[in-house]
Parts: sequence; structure tokens; C-alpha cells
Amino acid sequence: MTAISLKVNGHVHAVDVDPETPLLYVLSDDLQLRGPKFGCGLAQCGACTVLLRGRAVRSCVIPVSAVKQEEVTTLEGLGTPEKPHPIQQAFIDEGATQCGFCLSGVILTAKALLDENPKASDEQMLEAMSNVLCRCFTHVRMMRAIKRYQRNRA
Amino acid sequence: MKKEISRRDFVKASGWLVVCFSTASLVEPFAMAQGPFDTHPSHVDPEKLDSWLAVASDGTVTAYTGKCDFGQGMFTVQTQLVAEELCVPIENVSLIQCDTSVTPDQGTTSGSRSTPTNFNMQNLAQAAATAREALVGKAAQRLGVSVDQLTVENGIVSAKSGRHISYSELIGGRHFNITVSSAAKRISPSEWKVLGKPVPSMDRVALATGTFEFVHNVHVPGMVHGRVVRPPEIGATVSSVDEKSVQHVPGLIKVVVRNNFVGVVAEKQWQAAQAAMGLKVTWKPGPGLPAQKDFYDYLRKQPSHDAMLVNSNDVDNKLKSASRVLKATYLHPYQAHGSIGSSCAVADVQEHHATVWSATQSVYPTQHGVSALTDLPLESVRVIFVRGSGCYGLNAADTVSYDAALLSQAVHRPVRVQLTRQDEFISENYGSACVIEQQAGVDVSGSIDVWDCKTWTASLGGRPEYERPGNVITGMLAGFAPETITPQPAVKPTGNLRNGNNAVPSYVAGCVNGKCDGPGSIRGERVLTHQVKSPFFTGPLRSPVRLQNTFAHECFMDEIAAHIKADPVAYRLQHLRETRIIDVVKAAAKAANWDARPSPKHDTPSSGIAMGRGIACVAYEGDNGYAALVAEVEVDQQSGTVQPRRFVVALDCGPISNPDGLRNQIEGGVLQGTSRALGEEITWDDRKVTSIDWQSYTTLPLGIQVPNIDCVLIDRPTAKAMGAGEAAITLAAAAIGNAVFDATGARIREVPFTPDRVKAALSTRL
Repeated sequence: MTAISLKVNGHVHAVDVDPETPLLYVLSDDLQLRGPKFGCGLAQCGACTVLLRGRAVRSCVIPVSAVKQEEVTTLEGLGTPEKPHPIQQAFIDEGATQCGFCLSGVILTAKALLDENPKASDEQMLEAMSNVLCRCFTHVRMMRAIKRYQRNRA
Repeated sequence: MKKEISRRDFVKASGWLVVCFSTASLVEPFAMAQGPFDTHPSHVDPEKLDSWLAVASDGTVTAYTGKCDFGQGMFTVQTQLVAEELCVPIENVSLIQCDTSVTPDQGTTSGSRSTPTNFNMQNLAQAAATAREALVGKAAQRLGVSVDQLTVENGIVSAKSGRHISYSELIGGRHFNITVSSAAKRISPSEWKVLGKPVPSMDRVALATGTFEFVHNVHVPGMVHGRVVRPPEIGATVSSVDEKSVQHVPGLIKVVVRNNFVGVVAEKQWQAAQAAMGLKVTWKPGPGLPAQKDFYDYLRKQPSHDAMLVNSNDVDNKLKSASRVLKATYLHPYQAHGSIGSSCAVADVQEHHATVWSATQSVYPTQHGVSALTDLPLESVRVIFVRGSGCYGLNAADTVSYDAALLSQAVHRPVRVQLTRQDEFISENYGSACVIEQQAGVDVSGSIDVWDCKTWTASLGGRPEYERPGNVITGMLAGFAPETITPQPAVKPTGNLRNGNNAVPSYVAGCVNGKCDGPGSIRGERVLTHQVKSPFFTGPLRSPVRLQNTFAHECFMDEIAAHIKADPVAYRLQHLRETRIIDVVKAAAKAANWDARPSPKHDTPSSGIAMGRGIACVAYEGDNGYAALVAEVEVDQQSGTVQPRRFVVALDCGPISNPDGLRNQIEGGVLQGTSRALGEEITWDDRKVTSIDWQSYTTLPLGIQVPNIDCVLIDRPTAKAMGAGEAAITLAAAAIGNAVFDATGARIREVPFTPDRVKAALSTRL
């Protein structure tokens, strides 16, 4: 066990864990955050996605010790139920949810892409979402929500 | 329920299972049934109004339901129902879902039966109507006017004079102490203000902002973490467990072994994961698996439990005298529920009581299972539903609840168990593999005169229901036997037509004892089903067996139409007589601007991209919703890939409770069906399952060219409320397969339509 300091959603947390512990377990068990979720533990589905240096990464395969001083942003760190982030608002407006378990992967992957490349083409969008899974297949509404966000932020 | 009868007797005597399938349990085997749907007596008496509804002193309403939300929208739509019937704002209604301590026992939330169960003249809807009438009756007394002089709005009962009284004043904080009245009048759909409206799903803000509590997020004081160690191959049993092999793992609390159930508990999840990976277990090998490449032949040769669903007794003669006879065999693989989150549960099993937080579809049946596994009395076990990721049927939510209970009992602490992706893939109850063999005779005029259908369905275990914890892997590993096949020959069909599994094609008359309840007109009919013991656990997967059967029927119908050189829509309509299925076929064709002509296209290019359209339709479960689907696809004849471009769905589920929720279900259902049709298949070698992650089991990711999906919703406000979550998915494989044929002239009779299979079919074109 090692004392590790972790900056998440604007707050600094001290945790005492095995440094090899996947970041996801620290976020969901030690910090009790609800955004990132265990989907596969293999970086194949996206349910555990968080933002690190503005990039969407899979927290199920990143050892907590590798995060170092970088700030982690989870889905609940973007906005709040009272004041959702515009991309969250786009998903709310489009009713782009069914079970909603996959949303960290869907929303944060799309946000990271559009932050880096606001004019991403459809092809670039599909490429970015090519290993993000939604098993309820809410694809129609989710892609509509992402497009809405892209339009609104332009 | 006038006299005292035991719960089990009641289930046997009056459950939906029996109402719907009549004496089906005698001849139509267990595993096809999706679960017990209806409301059963428990300590929460469903006859009492107070079991369903309470009005607090501030006038807000709490409703209790045994049908829960997995993302299919039942929370929102049941809240709408209660608000509508009670004439209160939707914000004033709190819905408590599926908790054995407070909600009525409504069996399992499955089978497209939640709407039929709670939105017709019974259960939750009838309770809410009873409550409104009771409140208006009380108001009439208090205000000294007759009931017909009163109106209700926003929980306030008003007389024409302007005098009024609120629900809060009438009953706030007190019990109704009356029974649910079957005579209470429902609000007429023509007056609906909340129900029938596209109310956005009430969980969407919490979901989009990452604040929604899933079962994966449940934290209980003192909670520790468990992982399971499943047998590495099917049927393997524990020979020995070397506990020393993990003694060095920090935080390890215990290695737990019970018969063939093996698990570990540690302080932290990562420690539990390491212990589970490191634990040395010596397994006795299982019996081995039948080769996958010959599996469908294997299925047909096994002893079987048979049922004859219809038999006009003239099928062989009609086939002999037919002008033309067509035959085809369709194959459907095992498929996984593949929930995006592998299953999780939390259990706190103490010496005299247990609490389980579970994403199960069946809290009361799970209470029974946990009671059996822990030897605690039933009434000492509480199961609380907390939503998991979308389940689409019997995923591993039940089995992981058992895992958590066993591990918690062993360490006397609350334990959270997270299955790994591999655990989930190898230990869930797959959607059944099926073989469907059909032949049809056509008369000189080109009409179908006789349709003969035989099916083989692989089955093992299934829903645990109230008495069979061994129907899922944890129960079996812990020593409980799964339900299996007892070979039995078919007997003559009796009673009513039983088509709950859509084993009987829509185009036959469906005559049993002279009563013809099928939606079709073909008089020569025979449908024989064989249930075969499966080497793998099976269980309901969205549109269980109904999808497999419909794929075969609807593609075969298309084959016959092509042979006759008839337009697939017109040819279907020629053999249908039930108005509601005819209407959905016509509505879908119209909205799709259907190009009426025989398939395949006469100008089909033999290379490059080919485009085509196909249709399929179903009377879901015979009488639980009607749907038709037109698919437009592109087939890359070089690579063998199939790309759907557009879907048009027409759906009739009676009165529409929430059109937005309905569209969401249709859109998701069609695409999930597309994923299943194009790529999903459980694979195995000679000893174990080899589809264990998202690389070895393929699913369509977000990054695809999403086809347009147009929905035509046919609202029938005065009809019975029917299911809507499974009708659309039922049709995807068939409509896509028919569109591929239309585009290329190649018929694919095996799901999934992988590029290799498509290329193989293309290479056999004449």
C-alpha cells in the first residue's frame, strides 16, 4: 500500500492503495464516484472512460500510480444535474439514454474528439467511436446528440 | 383468491404462464417461457390497495411496483400511469420498484409483459383507478355533493360550487384500508393528459451527468470485495483448492469453496481480483463439448422433449399432391446478452437475516434462491432491486446475486461481487441455439397450401423462478440441479393455440380443436418442436426463441414468394387474415415506399455493391404486439459485408403509453437485432467457450454508419395494452436476410451473416 495523491474533478484526494491498482477501482471504490464504470476491464468497451490531459482514456487498465499529477475528469466532473455540461445537455435533450451504463465512454470520447477537433468530419467521428460500445444500441440518438453538441459549440 | 391457497398453488393456478399458455406447461417445455409475470400473493397482499399506493400528508403519492426499469423506460411510464389515473402532477409521484420488503410480488420483469400486466384492468393501473374513485367518494361525503358533481385536478377534488378538498386532507398519511376494485373506472385514453405523451425518461439527467446509482455503485458500511473463480471448462468440477497459493495477497480475507463454487473475498477489489487470478484450483475435466462445426446436426440427433402445436393431419398428403414443394433449414447460434457492464451485486448475509442489492429482473424469485443457498428462512431475506446495465433478459444478474450471498455468508460481512468480462461471457444463460426445418407446398394457383415446420431448440437451466437456483451457474456449482430435458414424445394439440414462442408461422390458420386463432389462412399446417438438452446454460434473451423462429419463418416465406415470382409484401398479405398484422405490414410498406416486385432484383449486378429491400412481420407471441420491418441494405459482394441503410418499422402495441419511450425501444431493438444478425455468435472448442470478450464476441460499436430508422406507431387507444420491447428486434435478422437476397439473389440461412457466410452464399448463386 502506498499513499497516493490524486486530483479528480477539481479536488485533491489522498488514497492508500497498491500503486498497481487500476485507476477505475480507486475512482469507484475509494472515491465512490459513479461516472466511470467497470464494463470489461480490458479497455474494449469504454464504460470506464475518464479524461486525462483532455484525452479520453480507459481507467480500467491505467495503474493509479501512472496518473501522477494529472487531473482526472469523470462524467460527473463535467457538469451537474442542475447545470449539465453542454454535451451532457445535448444527450438530455435528445433523450439519448437507455440503460445509460455506457455514457462515460460515449460522452467523454466524443467530447475529447470535439475539443481537439471541433470540425471533426463524420468519418473522424466514426473512427473515434469505433471502439465505444452501447449494448442497448441507442446509436441513433447518441450520434444525434453528439452532432447537436458539435453544432452548438461551433 | 377468495379462499386460502398457498403462493405456489396460486402461481400454478393463475399465473400469466398459465393464462397465456393455457396448459402449455404440460406440452411446451419450461425454458421457452420467459418467467412468471403476473402478480402473486406474498406478505404484500396485491388485493389491498395500500399494497400499491400511499398518499402522504403533503399529498404526494408513493406507488409500489413489481415491474422494474432496466433502461427500457418502465420507471417513467409507470409514473405516468399513476399520475394519470390519480390526476396528480407527475412530479408528485414517487415510484418504488421491486423490493421484497415493500412491493407486491410481480414475478419477473420480462417477456414484454410489464405493460400488459400493469396497464390493463388489473394491478397497478386498477389500484390507481381504485384510489381515485375512493378519494372522490370521500370528497363527495365531505363536500356533501354527489360524485358526478366533482372533478379532480392536481390532487384536488372540486365541486361546481367552487368548494374543494385535497387528497392530503382526505387521506394524507393514512391507509385506504380497501381492496383493489375491478369495477373502478380507468381514465379514458381520450382524456389522457400524462399517459400517452412523450414524457422524457426521468433518469436521463442523472445518467448523463454520471450521478445515477447503479448496483455497481452500491456501497454498504463495512463492505468488502469478492470475485469468483469459475470452472475453466464446461462441466469441470473441483478436485482441490490450494489456499496457500494466495496467502501472500494483501487484504485477502477468505477463500470460499462450496461444492464446485469457488470464490475469494478481500478488503479491496484489486486484491480480490489478484487473489482470484492467482488461486490454484485443480479441476477435474468436464465431459467435453460437441464440435461446434457439426453442432446443428448434433442437436437434431439428441433425445428431445417434443410438442405438437398444430396439426391439420393432412400435411403429408398435401405435400405429396402439391404443385411444388420447397424445403429449407435455418440455423441460429447461441448468443450472449452481453450486458455492457459485467454483472455485479452486493449482499449482506448475517446470522439471522440477509439483504441483497441486485439488478435481477426477479426480486421475489431471487429471494427464494438466496434463501435456499443460505438456508435462511425466506422472510429473513430481503432483495432490493438496484438497476444494473441493460440486461435484455437473463444475464448474469441473478447468478452474481447468488455469488455475493455465498461469499458474504462465508465472511459475515457485506460483500460486493463484480464479475469479470470473461466470467460474464462463460457463465451467463445464452439465448438458445435453434434449428428450424420447414417445407411448404404450393398449389397450381401459386398459393401456399401447406406449411410444415420442425424446430430443435437447445435448453438447459433458465430462470431460477421460485424453486430452481440450479438454473444458473452459481446455484449449480453450489449443489443445486438445473432443470433439464426429459425426453417425451409429442401428443395431439389440445386446448387453445399456444404460440407464445412464435413457433407457429404467422401464415397458417393455427387451428386447434376446430378453433383457428392463427393470423394466417393456410389450412395445411403442422408445427412440431423438439427441446434438446444444451451443453451450455440457456435462458431468455430478448425475444427468446421467438426471434429464431421468426427469422426462419419470414425468410422461408420470402423464399416461397421468390419462387412464385410474387412481390414479398403482396404475397404475405395474400396469406394473412388478422387485421392487425395486415395493418402493420401495409403501414411499413407504405412508409418505406415499398418497391413492389418479386425478389431478387432483376438487374442485380454480380459484383460490387448491390442494394436491396426486405420485409418481415410478426404477431409477437401470437397476440402480444404486432410489428413489420422493412430493411434496405447494401451488400459489398467483394468483401461480403452487409450494411443496412434504412429501416422502417410499423408497430401496434395497443394504446401507446409513451411514444418517445416506444421509439427508443424500437430504435434500440432494431439495431440490437442487426448486431445479432450480422456478427454475434457464441463459439467454443472441444472443452470450453472461446467467445470471452469483445474481440472474440463481436458487437456493432457506436462508430458505424447508423442506418436511418423510421417508426410508424399505430395507436389503438381502446385495445388491450400489449408489450413493445421485443417485437422490433424479432424481425431484424429476417428483414436483413430478405434484403440481402433481394440485392444479390443469395439466400443466407444461418445467423450471423458474417462476411464469409455471405461470400459463400454469393458463390452458390445460379
